[in-house]
Amino acid sequence: MTTIARAQRLPASPWARRFVKPEALTGYCLISPAVFLMLVLLAYPFVLAVYISLTDRILGEPGKVIWFRNFLKLLQDSLFRQTVWNSFVYTLSTVCLKMLLGIILALLLNQEMRYRNLVRGALLLPWIVPTSLSVLTWLWMFDSLFSVVNYILLGLGLISKKIPWLGDPFWAMVSVIIVNTWRGLPFFAVSFLAGLMTIPKELYEAAETDGARAPRRFWHITLPLLQPVIAVVVLFSTIWTFADFQIVYILTHGGPVNATQIFATMAYDVALVAGRIGEGSAISLFLFPALLVVIILMLRYLRRE
Amino acid sequence: MRRKVPRMIKRLFGLYLPLAAFLFFALFPFYWMLISSFRANPELYNLQANRLWIKNPTLEQFRELFAKTAVLQWLWNSFFVSFLTSMISMSFGIMAGYALARLRFPGAQAFGLATFITYLVPTTLIFIPLASVVQYLGLSNSIWSLVVTYPTFLIPFCTWMLIAYFKSIPKDMEECAMIDGCSRIGAMVRIVLPMAIPGVIFSAMFSFTLSWNEFVYALTFISSTTHKTMSVAVPTELIRGDAYFWGELMAASLLGSVPVAVLYSFFMEYFVSGLTAGALKG
Repeated sequence: MTTIARAQRLPASPWARRFVKPEALTGYCLISPAVFLMLVLLAYPFVLAVYISLTDRILGEPGKVIWFRNFLKLLQDSLFRQTVWNSFVYTLSTVCLKMLLGIILALLLNQEMRYRNLVRGALLLPWIVPTSLSVLTWLWMFDSLFSVVNYILLGLGLISKKIPWLGDPFWAMVSVIIVNTWRGLPFFAVSFLAGLMTIPKELYEAAETDGARAPRRFWHITLPLLQPVIAVVVLFSTIWTFADFQIVYILTHGGPVNATQIFATMAYDVALVAGRIGEGSAISLFLFPALLVVIILMLRYLRRE
Repeated sequence: MRRKVPRMIKRLFGLYLPLAAFLFFALFPFYWMLISSFRANPELYNLQANRLWIKNPTLEQFRELFAKTAVLQWLWNSFFVSFLTSMISMSFGIMAGYALARLRFPGAQAFGLATFITYLVPTTLIFIPLASVVQYLGLSNSIWSLVVTYPTFLIPFCTWMLIAYFKSIPKDMEECAMIDGCSRIGAMVRIVLPMAIPGVIFSAMFSFTLSWNEFVYALTFISSTTHKTMSVAVPTELIRGDAYFWGELMAASLLGSVPVAVLYSFFMEYFVSGLTAGALKG
């Protein structure tokens, strides 16, 4: 029954049997829906994005090919340069903050305590709840007149006059950085915590008997062993933050005077609000080099593991 | 000589106080959302009152919200799209994940690599051309545009999640089943799948959350009020010009946040362990 039955269940078509092993055929069948969807709705749009970025297409008109003129125009555009700068400031500062605070939070959560699961769950909330809705709450918290953040800071005597959170170029950038950190921190902390839990306790005990104090134990045991997780999480977060949209779109809409404009919000404004689709496509394609760098680093890293 | 710091003090400064600060930072916005949505306008905009507490809790904002807007429709749209896309993505993810974890075929590695890369592709990189693809398919301004596009970022996620789960299940069991006359697919459905249930639940739930929260595609593809999902409808429909109806906005945000928060509180153990597995497998 056994071998014969399996042999009989080979694919029906003789052509398929000659060229493809049954296992391979099953494999292809299983991945085909995913492949189809990804080709039509991911690979093709990407090729299309490259094509559109080489045209002067505007809303409602196909436009003609103008090669790299969109890109050249953007590189000379002071607003675009500001956007590039903002994107780097936004990404670098939030990723650093999230990494630093994430490590601290993970170390705290790794200690023995009561209600640990409850605390962990509560801390994850900012990451679970729809970002657009929680950012609306932040918008209300930063309101120029009714800001509860100012209310609390004034009440505690930490500031002497109201901070113009979203009205001032500097503070607007600070605001979007705070909100992005607030939203992304749980992912960092939980991932780092997962990494911490895999570090064998014996290592710490051995170091303690050798007289290593807490900072040294952290520096020589925790950090090196946590490094793979940190690398992966930071790479993930870098590309997501670099391409972020909703936080800036809802909180400042790129303002005031483009002080918080980043790639995705500018691409949206140019392509879909102003209707210059070719130029907008070119702007979002500037995300591609960043993506490429992250992919290459990630693959090299994973291969080494 | 180093003096021994009392344990209580050490715990207080080394654990409880910093943790309390983090908890405050994480949870205060939700508290503010909550109390803002149960206040009437005069109290909400009163700068003299104690702003951190509600004096007269009221459902007025919710009443206004239900009377004036299509909030139930938006919630339904969100639910419909999220449910459908998470089911589709989970099924396709199970198929692809199983193929990559168990079967050998030429191109498997390339496909694995491709899913990994697509997982990293941000939606903002391709939303402009995708809008014309959606239009070409005749789906613009319909929630079906979201049903077809969301799986593009959900399937890679589910696939990667499930590869890890499938690989952790011993091969012997399905080989036994196959020797006993079960087909490959039969072995997968009857033996492997039941053992991978935690992974399946986690990826379905997480896909649901990701769809529920998605913003860029929904903002780009859908323009009419009745077809919007919660995450886009609240910031676009409830802010009219320069007028911010904060009470209603917060009430609506609360309604849009509660479903995922509840879903997640029920399955938190799966969530944390799934997330952990994902973070470690990368």
